[in-house]
Amino acid sequence: MSDSFESAATFPPFAPGTQPDNDWAAYGSTHRRHPQQPALRIPQTVTETTGPRFTSAQLPAIIDLATEGGREAMGERIIVRGRVTDEAGAPVPHAMIEIWQANAAGRYNHARDQHDAPLDPNFKGEGRVFSDAEGWYQFTTVKPGAYPWRNHFNAWRPNHIHFSLFGAGFASRLITQMYFPGDPLLALDPIFRSVPDEAARQRLVAQFDIEITKPEWALGYRFDFVLRGRARTFFEE
Amino acid sequence: MPVATAFQTIGPYWHLIEHPEWADLTRFGASGEHLVLTGRIRDGDGAPVGDGAVELWQASPAASDVFPGWGRAATDAEGRFRFTTIRPGPLPGAGNAQQAPHVALSLFARGILTRLVTRVYFAGDPLNETDPLLSLIEEPARRATLIAHAAGDDAWHIDIRLQGEGETVFLDF
Repeated sequence: MSDSFESAATFPPFAPGTQPDNDWAAYGSTHRRHPQQPALRIPQTVTETTGPRFTSAQLPAIIDLATEGGREAMGERIIVRGRVTDEAGAPVPHAMIEIWQANAAGRYNHARDQHDAPLDPNFKGEGRVFSDAEGWYQFTTVKPGAYPWRNHFNAWRPNHIHFSLFGAGFASRLITQMYFPGDPLLALDPIFRSVPDEAARQRLVAQFDIEITKPEWALGYRFDFVLRGRARTFFEE
Repeated sequence: MPVATAFQTIGPYWHLIEHPEWADLTRFGASGEHLVLTGRIRDGDGAPVGDGAVELWQASPAASDVFPGWGRAATDAEGRFRFTTIRPGPLPGAGNAQQAPHVALSLFARGILTRLVTRVYFAGDPLNETDPLLSLIEEPARRATLIAHAAGDDAWHIDIRLQGEGETVFLDF
C-alpha cells in the first residue's frame, strides 16, 4: 500500500485547442510577456495534484455585489447561477469562487482605471462564493458595462465578469471571464477570441435563464465551470 | 465528456480581490522555520511587470488550520513581490525518487492569457543535485532560473524573466 502522496490521481491534459496560447499577437500586452521557450513537460507530483482548501469560516462569502452598506448600486441587477464540475461531470463541492468586475457604467473601482465613466459609491466590485455540496453557486450583482481599452483603435471590452476558482488540486486552478449572450463586441475582442476552439470559446458566454430570473427583481444568467479534474482513476496494484 | 473551461487573462484590475495579508502564510501562527521569498518579474524588454499576481503553493509542510500552504502577492511598480512562509521540506516524487524542497508559483497578469507556472528551489540544498524536475533541464543556465539565492538570514530571492535573455523555465503538466 502506497502512501497518500502517491495515491493522488493525476490530472489529464487539457483538450487540444481549448485553452488560449500566451503568444497571441492580436492582444498587444502579450508581445513582451509570453515565454518564447516551450514549457517544460513534467510528471505530476504531490505539488501539482494537491492544492489549498478554503472555507467560508476563514473567508466570509460576499454573495451580493449589488448593495454596499445596505445601499443599492446603480445598474441592471442580475443573478448569476451555475455549477462547478470536473471533467468527469462530477460536482466540485466547496470550491472557492472569487469574482470581480466593472460597475454598470464600465468603470472599475481601481486607481489605475481612468475611463471617463462614473464611479458608484455603492459598488465595490468584489465577490466571493463557495460551491455547495452539489457544486452549485449563485450570487447577485449588476451587469457590468463595456469599456474602452487601448489595445487597438476604438477597442472596447465586451461586458464581462472576472472569475477565479480553486478546485481539487494546484493543477485545477482557473482564472477566466464570463461574457453575456448577444454582445456584438465579442466578435471584435482579442481576449475572447484567444480561445481557438469555437465551442470552448462559446462556453465562456453565459445563457439567459428564465428559471433563474426572479420576478419583479432581477434577470438570471446560467454559467457553468468545468475544472480540470480527475477524469481517470488510478488503482493500486 | 465535459471539457475544462478556458482561461482568460486576470487583467490589470484584479486588485479588487487583493488582500495583502494573504502573502504571509505564517499569519495564523504556523510553527517551523520561517522564510521570506522575494522576487522580481520582468518582461521581454527587461521592464518590470508591475500589475501581476503571484500565487505560491507548497505541499510541504502539509496545509493545516494554521498553515494554508498557499498565498497571493501583487507585484509593485518595480515588479517585486514578497512572501513570508515556512521552509518546505523534501517531498516524495515518482517511484522512489525524492524531490528537493521547493514551492510552486503561478503567475497571472495583463497580457498573460493562461497562467504561467514555475517552481522555486533553494540554492545549496544537496537534494537539488538529484531532483527529478531539475534533472530534466540539461542546460545549467536554464536550470538556474528555478533556483532562489540567499538574500540574508532566512531570506531568498528569485528573478523571473517572462521572455528573452534568462527566460525562466515554465512548466506544463
